[in-house]
Amino acid sequence: MALRIDPDHRRFRDIVRGKIKQDLRKYISQGELIGRKGKDLVSIPLPQINWPRFRFGSKDRGGIGQGPGDVGDSLGKGDPNADGPGKAGDQAGEHALEVELSLEELAQIMGEELQLPRIEPKGKQRIIAQKDKYVGIRRAGPESLRHFKRTFRQALRRQIMTGQYDPERPMIVPVREDRRYRSWRTTPMPQSNAVMIFIMDVSGSMGDEQKEIVRIESFWIDAWLRSQYKGLESRYIIHDAVAKEVDRDTFFRTRESGGTMISSAYKLCAKMIDDDFPPSEWNIYPFHFSDGDNWSVDDTVQCVELLKTQILPKVNLFCYGQVESPYGSGQFIKDLNENFDEDDSLVVSEIKGKDAIMESIRDFLGKGK
Amino acid sequence: MAQLPAYLADVQREIERHGREYGLDFWDVEFEILDYKKMQEVAAFGGFPVRYPHWRFGMEFEHLTKSHVYGLSKIYEMVINNNPAYAYLLEGNSLVDQKMVMAHVLGHVDFFKNNYFFSKTNRRMIDGMANHATRVRRHIERLGIEKVEAFIDSCLCLENLIDPMSPFIARKAPVERDRDKVKAAEEKAPEIPRIRAKSYMDKFINPPDYLEEQKRKMERERDRPKKNPLEPERDVLMFLLQNAPLEPWERDILEIVRDEAYYFAPQRQTKILNEGWAAYWHSRIMTERALKVSEIIDYADHNAGVLATAPGQFNPYKIGIELLRDIEERWDKGRFGREWNECQNLDQRRAWDKRLGLGRKKIFEVRKLYNDVTFIDEFFTADFCERNRFFSFSLNDRSGNYEIDSREFEKIKHKMLFSLTNFGDPFIFVEDSNHDNRGELLMRHRHEGTDLQIDHARATLTSLVRIWRRPVNLLTVVEGKQKLFRFDGKEQVEKSIGN
Repeated sequence: MALRIDPDHRRFRDIVRGKIKQDLRKYISQGELIGRKGKDLVSIPLPQINWPRFRFGSKDRGGIGQGPGDVGDSLGKGDPNADGPGKAGDQAGEHALEVELSLEELAQIMGEELQLPRIEPKGKQRIIAQKDKYVGIRRAGPESLRHFKRTFRQALRRQIMTGQYDPERPMIVPVREDRRYRSWRTTPMPQSNAVMIFIMDVSGSMGDEQKEIVRIESFWIDAWLRSQYKGLESRYIIHDAVAKEVDRDTFFRTRESGGTMISSAYKLCAKMIDDDFPPSEWNIYPFHFSDGDNWSVDDTVQCVELLKTQILPKVNLFCYGQVESPYGSGQFIKDLNENFDEDDSLVVSEIKGKDAIMESIRDFLGKGK
Repeated sequence: MAQLPAYLADVQREIERHGREYGLDFWDVEFEILDYKKMQEVAAFGGFPVRYPHWRFGMEFEHLTKSHVYGLSKIYEMVINNNPAYAYLLEGNSLVDQKMVMAHVLGHVDFFKNNYFFSKTNRRMIDGMANHATRVRRHIERLGIEKVEAFIDSCLCLENLIDPMSPFIARKAPVERDRDKVKAAEEKAPEIPRIRAKSYMDKFINPPDYLEEQKRKMERERDRPKKNPLEPERDVLMFLLQNAPLEPWERDILEIVRDEAYYFAPQRQTKILNEGWAAYWHSRIMTERALKVSEIIDYADHNAGVLATAPGQFNPYKIGIELLRDIEERWDKGRFGREWNECQNLDQRRAWDKRLGLGRKKIFEVRKLYNDVTFIDEFFTADFCERNRFFSFSLNDRSGNYEIDSREFEKIKHKMLFSLTNFGDPFIFVEDSNHDNRGELLMRHRHEGTDLQIDHARATLTSLVRIWRRPVNLLTVVEGKQKLFRFDGKEQVEKSIGN
């Protein structure tokens, strides 16, 4: 059910996320509610904005309470940022707070923060970047958008209210305040005709943990971007010493092992682009995940060559994510850095563990690059 | 708006009958049943169904929603000071809860209607708020949300700069009429005092050039700028409305913010007394009349929840109701007046009962004439303080803990009164609107021992400059030294003054 307060709430969220009103940000305090989940205490993040006003400084803070206790007894930790003494005494002596962010909230935040960088309108049907939609009525607007029926109704209402309406001689004269105009909202329609090519290294050196990280990361990139951009295609490649294209399901489930020849995957990727996605019509985003342990130096040279000549000129952005692995040397990312330091159509990111997934996704798709 | 189901309407009639028999005097109450989501929305709007668009309501909503979702709090009752009063019931509450809420609400409505500090509030505020919303929405449609909201933010920073007592001051004639009078006086050319003389001597006794000089002098006197305001003005918002160079829409918004601040002020002034009064009556009505035997356990459970005090916390419901009961007992037993105060014999005091039975009358008088400050000041006695085990606590800088620092009556009472006086906010006055003869605003903080929070004060100055459009100065005391803070729109300056 839509609530009247929803727009206010959205606006508050926008401020907290720093999308609007940067000047208010410094008054945001990360408050928290202490809740209980079973035996554990959980901390529920509760951002609050204490807008400035004339108030007393925080010295001499304290208050009045009721109950047993002797002078000098502790009531619990003071919170240097707390607004007033209300929180004193809350759950003294217990710790182990955990921060909880609902998945829904997380997905929302991520969705807002991510985008396909450097996307361009491409393709046969010119892609509309923005769409105007008439969504409602407002009191101000150009005369050409005047809503006759609503204006008339408003005038009628006013005249009935003020007693000027005479049913015998119904004459409705709208005044300026009665006028109603169609209002529109401009919604940016994300460009379509983009393809994501996910490439995963499934060689023996990639342990289960590494693969899991890659899967989580590519799953979320895939899921989020699909919800954001219409007409987004994705293709999946897995490789060890040879590369092959697989479907989505296999990509997320398969277990392979063997050597690593990254060039095989790059060759397949280049071929895929040439066959199916002419760069004049597609925005292309390959994502490659590996532990960076390539078979041989020669192969790496070949990879660099392939990237330089075949892939980078055709894609919008090439993302390489390297998962840390106990076996591999992790050399590949260094090689890439050496060769493509200047080239900003290639982004590399090191994924140290599950905690780093978010950060890595941001590296790839963060806004404002 | 859903009609109240028949069984609840019956309950309402019953509770109201009990209330009337006890002597409560209330307006009609319109109860409405809301689901929890809607309840939180209305609560975030301060009890009203509609408010103007602003993010802070969204913030409040998030707070309420989260604490509800995690089971930390539940909104039991909400009632608006309006005639007829509007109150809300939570859908799905048990019947005994609804009864209790209804009885509680009656207490509030009786209080709204009869307490002196509410006597000047707008009793049609439900319409008032809707009108405010329409006005602000209209400005937003014309000017865009960013611009209007930014200005509302500026006004909110000054929201507490009002004088809650000002509605009760018999005002001098409004400024407009003053100006008319002045004009009329001007038209009557000013009389120049002259010495009476025969007409042929007049030229010598009242020489024309001397008269001319006198006339000029009087004109100079008249045109000399008067200090504005004549007296330091505590109603800063009013002063800005009358004197700041505001666009019509800005004036409108400032007016709305001020209106609402004044509407809510009495509720903040009487938190303890009002809640205490409502709790007192719900518990009397419930326990003496309305409860069925089968409901007692549930009632006791929920009532205990309402009146619970966590260690180190201050529950206005609890202290209010206990103080009212204490007053009732004292006046029933005649424990007041000189004789009582001077009696030092403990046994005698304990057995003191003059069977006056004035308790009920006294608490009705208290609900009519008192606010929190006067209520605590007069009735918070050493006996009461000790019996209810009050303490004062403060932050221990070394350990970072809140610690009980005293159980002395004087100290506790002082602290309590301090936190209630002016809602625990500093007193700020407009001193001069033409400071340094440069059209700058001079504000003064009446320092009573506690310093201002400087970063907030500085930021508030920016809001003032936004409205005043000229530099604004603030006189205050920091760590015992007089300081002048000045913001001219670009730069914050801090100066020490005198000693």
